[in-house]
Amino acid sequence: MKKIVKKILIVMLVSVLSMTILSACSSSGGENGVVYVYNWGEYIDPETIEMFEEETGIEVVYDEYETNEIMYPKVEAGAVSYDLVCPSDYMIQKMIDNDLLQEINWANIPNASNIGEQYYVQSEEFDPGNKYAVPYCWGTVGILYNKTMVDEPIDSWTVLWDEKYENNILMQDSVRDAFMVALKVNGHSMNSMDEAELQAAKELLIEQKPLVQAYVVDQVRDKMIGGEAAIGVIYSGEAIYTQRENPDLEYVIPKEGTNVWIDSWCILKDAQNVENAEKFIDFMCRPDIALMNFEYITYSTPNDAARELIEDDDIRNSTIAFPDLSQYENLETFSYLGEEGDELYNNLWKEIKSE
Amino acid sequence: MKNKKLNSLMASPYILWSIAFIIIPLIMVFYYGLTDKDGAFTLENITAITAPEHIKALSIALLLSLISTVICLLLAYPLAMILANMKGNQDKLIVLIFILPMWMNFLLRTLAWQTLLEKSGVINQVLEFLHLPALEIINTPYAIILGMVYNFLPFMILPIYNVLCKIDPNVINAAKDLGANNFMTFIKITLPLSIPGIISGITMVFVPALTTFIISNLLGGSKILLIGNVIEQEFLQANNWHLGSGLSMVLMIFIVISMIVTAIFDKDGEGSAL
Repeated sequence: MKKIVKKILIVMLVSVLSMTILSACSSSGGENGVVYVYNWGEYIDPETIEMFEEETGIEVVYDEYETNEIMYPKVEAGAVSYDLVCPSDYMIQKMIDNDLLQEINWANIPNASNIGEQYYVQSEEFDPGNKYAVPYCWGTVGILYNKTMVDEPIDSWTVLWDEKYENNILMQDSVRDAFMVALKVNGHSMNSMDEAELQAAKELLIEQKPLVQAYVVDQVRDKMIGGEAAIGVIYSGEAIYTQRENPDLEYVIPKEGTNVWIDSWCILKDAQNVENAEKFIDFMCRPDIALMNFEYITYSTPNDAARELIEDDDIRNSTIAFPDLSQYENLETFSYLGEEGDELYNNLWKEIKSE
Repeated sequence: MKNKKLNSLMASPYILWSIAFIIIPLIMVFYYGLTDKDGAFTLENITAITAPEHIKALSIALLLSLISTVICLLLAYPLAMILANMKGNQDKLIVLIFILPMWMNFLLRTLAWQTLLEKSGVINQVLEFLHLPALEIINTPYAIILGMVYNFLPFMILPIYNVLCKIDPNVINAAKDLGANNFMTFIKITLPLSIPGIISGITMVFVPALTTFIISNLLGGSKILLIGNVIEQEFLQANNWHLGSGLSMVLMIFIVISMIVTAIFDKDGEGSAL
């Protein structure tokens, strides 16, 4: 019902728009057609897109989103018919559940074999049988701290509750990431649906609020580089970049465990240009291209062949970019908790924020 | 007759525009606000405003936007009077100076304030250099009020300035001839005549301040949840368009009230004519 009404409204809107605007921008695409890609912001080396267009003659129409949650309704409504998206683990699971993705024809993506076996094994958590997702980037969530601003070596999430660092802590402004930290501190699963565990996590986050300087997403990076805060929760992919800019910064995976995430290319069910989408994924899996992207965005690549090509030993063996996950306990990947779970988490988060 | 036809022809782009960008979006908001996930009619999304966290977000938003509106009025009125009393083209230049920043994107200006106010920001570095105590208002309600006042002040100045300019100097001279001193002239003549401008200024500051979410995100460090932030979260994070629309409808009540007030006081549309 919801979907139908949404579609009707969209059709109304589109028809009114087309009455007013003389369509001047009917793009015919490149000589070999077009592919519509919807990816995270700043999540690709723009040069690789140009190279793809040159080599294949396929025009790439490229759009960006900021969070999985912003991407999902747009794709679901089908207002723009994208061919390719790059969601995270739990969102892929949600999209599979809601029948928004189509199975990958692996025969058409030979370069997918460059991706390490372990990443496919990990993908099974949200994509059983590896049917829908081609890993693109992965990483952990951890603590970034400024060595000159803390007194002791940091290895635990509990430092985020240390009153010494009042007004010096940056938290992630996203529901699941914030709850992950609190749940891990209490020794619970970050995919918990247990009312008591979640209430305990909520209390913990409320307790933390007076110490937090700000809840931010992308700005953790700039604020840490600028020395605005001593400690911040951050994605590992940003850590290498921040260290380059400010050598005082150090990244650590806390001992209580954390979130190991994978963002993967998925072809949408309604894709009009499946063949071109496959070519695009295959191109992205090529070692030299994956290397270019890694060097540009500094998020860990699952592409083993590309990792071999990294010239700088420090980066190739970096424990930030390529940690040996077997050393850590309680690592988990987010799973989709259903609409009910989403609502529960969001309501608790609102209670924390309005406190 | 011919004139009428021409008129409706001229109006047609505007009619299409308002259908596409006002009427249809409003219908969508009402549709989502009055239905639940299965498309059945419900008032739950509207009564949800009574939930403690929503009431709290609404009252903080009301409080902060009220304070900002009052500050804007206190700052804008004297300035508008000074401008209106200026001779020649001087006032035009000063008005231009106030409008000039509005040519720059609103987001960028707010981000600039973040950089200015930060702990190690520009202002604090200057204060430190002068051995003065640091200014610690970033990520507090004070920074949000500052952001609101800064961003919306021109919307208060311009309508008041506009109304003051239109006051016939002979009216004021007459008051003085009849023995009123400056203060009496202001209270009895200037102020009552400028009320349409004041009211439209108040609306133009209060409504955007009440609904903002960007200012509280950027300058409040997302620590202070305004009703605008709640709605933003419902749409962008929780993907619950129904609740988001329902809460927007509650906000619309406040907007409609201020529009009615404006309409009563500003019958000639003097204040809003920029």
